Amino acid sequence: MAEAVLQTSVRAARAPRHSVLRKVMQRKSTIAFMMTLPLILLIAILVLYPALYSIHLATLNKSMERFVGFGNFLFLFKRETFWMVVRQSCLFAITAVIFKALIGFIVAHFVHNIPAKGQRKWRGMLLVPWVIPPAMSCLAWLWLFDPSYSALNWLFDRLGIEPIPWLGDAGWARFSVILVNIWIGAPFFMIMYLAALKSVPEQLYEAAAIDGANWWQRMWYVTIPMMRNIMAITALFSLIVTFANFDIVRILTAGGPIDRTHVFATWAFWIGIQGSDIPLGASISLFMVPILTIAAIFILRDIHRRAGETAA
Amino acid sequence: MTVASLHHSLAPPRRRKYGSMSAERRWALHWSYFFLVVFAIFFLTPPVYMLITSFKSSAEISAATNPWWVSHPTLGNYRELLTSAQFLTFFRNSAMVSLIVVAITMLISIPAAFALSRMRFWGSATLATGVFLTYLIPETLLFIPLFKMFALLNEYAGIELINHWWVLLLLYPTLTVPFCTWIMIGYFASIPKELDEAALMDGANYRQVLTRVFIPVALPGLIAATIFAFTVSWAQFLYPLAFTTSADQLVLPVGIITSLIKGDVFNWGQIMTGALLGAAPPLVIYAFLMDYYIAGLTAGATKG
Amino acid sequence: MAHVSLRKIVKRFDDTEAVRGIDLEIADKEFVVLVGPSGCGKSTTLRMIAGLEEITSGDIAVDGEVVNDVPPKDRDMAMVFQNYALYPHMTVYENMSFGLRLKRYPKTEIARRVQEAARILDITELLQRKPRQLSGGQRQRVAMGRAIVRNPKVFLFDEPLSNLDAKLRVQMRTEIKRVHQKVRTTTVYVTHDQVEAMTLADRVVVMNRGLIEQIGAPNDLYHDPATRFVAGFIGSPAMNFLQCSVEEADGELRVRLSEDIALPVPAARHARYKAHLGRSGLTFGLRPEHLTEAKPNGDRQPAYIDAMLEVTEPLGMETLVFFRIRGIDVCGRVSPEAGAREGARMRLAARMDNMHLIDDATGRVL
Repeated sequence: MAEAVLQTSVRAARAPRHSVLRKVMQRKSTIAFMMTLPLILLIAILVLYPALYSIHLATLNKSMERFVGFGNFLFLFKRETFWMVVRQSCLFAITAVIFKALIGFIVAHFVHNIPAKGQRKWRGMLLVPWVIPPAMSCLAWLWLFDPSYSALNWLFDRLGIEPIPWLGDAGWARFSVILVNIWIGAPFFMIMYLAALKSVPEQLYEAAAIDGANWWQRMWYVTIPMMRNIMAITALFSLIVTFANFDIVRILTAGGPIDRTHVFATWAFWIGIQGSDIPLGASISLFMVPILTIAAIFILRDIHRRAGETAA
Repeated sequence: MTVASLHHSLAPPRRRKYGSMSAERRWALHWSYFFLVVFAIFFLTPPVYMLITSFKSSAEISAATNPWWVSHPTLGNYRELLTSAQFLTFFRNSAMVSLIVVAITMLISIPAAFALSRMRFWGSATLATGVFLTYLIPETLLFIPLFKMFALLNEYAGIELINHWWVLLLLYPTLTVPFCTWIMIGYFASIPKELDEAALMDGANYRQVLTRVFIPVALPGLIAATIFAFTVSWAQFLYPLAFTTSADQLVLPVGIITSLIKGDVFNWGQIMTGALLGAAPPLVIYAFLMDYYIAGLTAGATKG
Repeated sequence: MAHVSLRKIVKRFDDTEAVRGIDLEIADKEFVVLVGPSGCGKSTTLRMIAGLEEITSGDIAVDGEVVNDVPPKDRDMAMVFQNYALYPHMTVYENMSFGLRLKRYPKTEIARRVQEAARILDITELLQRKPRQLSGGQRQRVAMGRAIVRNPKVFLFDEPLSNLDAKLRVQMRTEIKRVHQKVRTTTVYVTHDQVEAMTLADRVVVMNRGLIEQIGAPNDLYHDPATRFVAGFIGSPAMNFLQCSVEEADGELRVRLSEDIALPVPAARHARYKAHLGRSGLTFGLRPEHLTEAKPNGDRQPAYIDAMLEVTEPLGMETLVFFRIRGIDVCGRVSPEAGAREGARMRLAARMDNMHLIDDATGRVL
């Protein structure tokens, strides 16, 4: 290496000065670096810097003139609403992810069960909720949940069921928000699980059938172990997205009734942008970091392990 | 002879076994269809209800007749929205933002993915992991510091970013570029190394290897990434809500919600029509390029 | 047309040295084959000539001009890869013309050259197909066509035949030789198959563990291997190696292989081997084809081994026989009519004019 550099410089010394620069510019690693520079700048300026800046912001007072250290956090800890938001965020994310995974798994199996030529059609139909921009589909749900014109309540009325205060009552509002979350997210799980199901070699099922395994045993000993990786990583991805979700709560309830459906993202928006208390808003959103980090670590571990497997 | 007789004696019970299996199979198939229909109803009700409502006049809606049926179908809502200057502005803003963001995303992520998948350099492996981690950072974590950063930029440098639709051109790439780079790395990595070496031997420079070999060969991945970038930009709600307020700077999702919902007056026919029109571009892309769409969706977790 | 010189070429990957100082002069129009077991550095050497791999130290010169820092695109070389590396999105015509199009040749010139190459390779009717519609052999031809149309200074082949089945490999081998005779471009060809090396090369370069073991014409390598490695690598079935000592009896030298086998050294070699009398650490080498059935009416210079045959492998034109001397497997090639039978005794004659004596310490043939 040193020799090569030496040779380059010796040869360059004979040539005019600017060719040294040109040589450096022509080097493979230089070209590669130049090609990634826009990406690096984008990440550094618009992701990394704001992320760190948000930590700085969280240590300032409301007018952003005074350093208050952990003051904002201590203030939050003392507020009832904060703990409610923590509970709600976790409840929403965990419940929604579990049901998305469950429904996705079941639907994927049904799609996998039917003849191959019909699968495309069904798959296409069932993915529609994921394709519609969430803000748009939430409006449809808002209309379905309308206190006086709810089309769902109209149906329930025909069946003799009392009208449901979908978004008016704290408990039902939480249920509705989770329901819409599941409606949007389950198709994604379905697609991922379907891809995973298709990747299980048919011979494994034939071998299991020859060994006398029944449906449940085939599911337990073949399907689930083969899909475990994708199931886990999909759930982790979804956990991140669901936990940090903003659109659904914002459009359906805007956090109401009386903050009973706020999650971190919507509460941070409420306090930080609408209430103009940027430091407090930043502090609130920072509370998402621990859960996101844990999920990210598990995802990374899985990806590295798979990279290791393919390399070996 | 012995083999033949053996087969003979085995055949009847075997056939019965197959028979029972196929009955079991047919039963499973019926249930599969039944549940698929149930789930399809669950998944398709909101968009269908959007469509139904969009054909209703305000009078019919407030009359509170059967909400699932249109007695006097009208295209009035569509006519009104498609001739409304405001709605068309939203649509134009959305289209501009999404298309330019797609272009920016491709310009940044394709060269970066090429370099990261092919040209090892100092820190390239770390950078690839970093790109993936960035993809995991949600916008809800960044909008407050970004808002403050842009406000300060205006205060000190006089560059006014907030409340212009093009501020979104800076913000959306943070959502699209990491994922697109990540899946393009996967697609590029699956191209055999000899192919770029052959191109280099044929006299291509790195730019030509990228444009004449890699991009055409990885075209399916490129389409998937483009679709992703477009749909994410089109659907993004938080950034425009936080960064734009003037009616002429809004994009569709925010525009519909802030302008069609006036105080407590909900013109649901128009809202549903607007939402449906807002959902149309992604739906149309999905209808025509479903396989690419799904490939892009599954690539994030299955590649790498 | 060009000659290529490699001077003290070294390639280091992290902590392993793949190539450890190679000197090689390749003359204009010459067909040189680099051969050796996998991991011997032959492919790395080829890739350094191509410019695909940076050189750790040393110089590569084409026509006397050092090209160490010249990127591959400016070296004017063409390469045929093991997996063909055809551009999947281009037709055969586009594949073959890609290099010329990059250099902005006029369309008519491109068409003329592609047609010419296609005619030589007999792939004219495939020009509008995509690579995935071609068979392995056809892809191989297209890959060669892509190299030919460029009319480069040097052809580089990196194990081009190893993905083909045995029959096609023989056919394409002949094809490559025919093409080279027609276009006469300096060629460097890498393979692990010694038969390919022997049949194609003007000169063969045998490599082992990052070093050149021997350079020579195919027949020279076969008859006069310089080292035990070359002796064992060239030729199939491989040469027999047996521990031995050299002794003198009745004024003639003999190679003692076991207590009861001692073979006479031909008089012409007495002077050469005399210095090794009574030494230990010597190995006797003899190719199976030089260990044949004893003629019933006696041989010109009798050197007999009475073997207890353990395995016989009839190949039709000949029969391979296997037996043991002091626990070491020895192979001989006898006529199918010689009546070799497993479990039977057979008298074999060693053609001692073709024997080799190897110094175990240096691995060199004495």
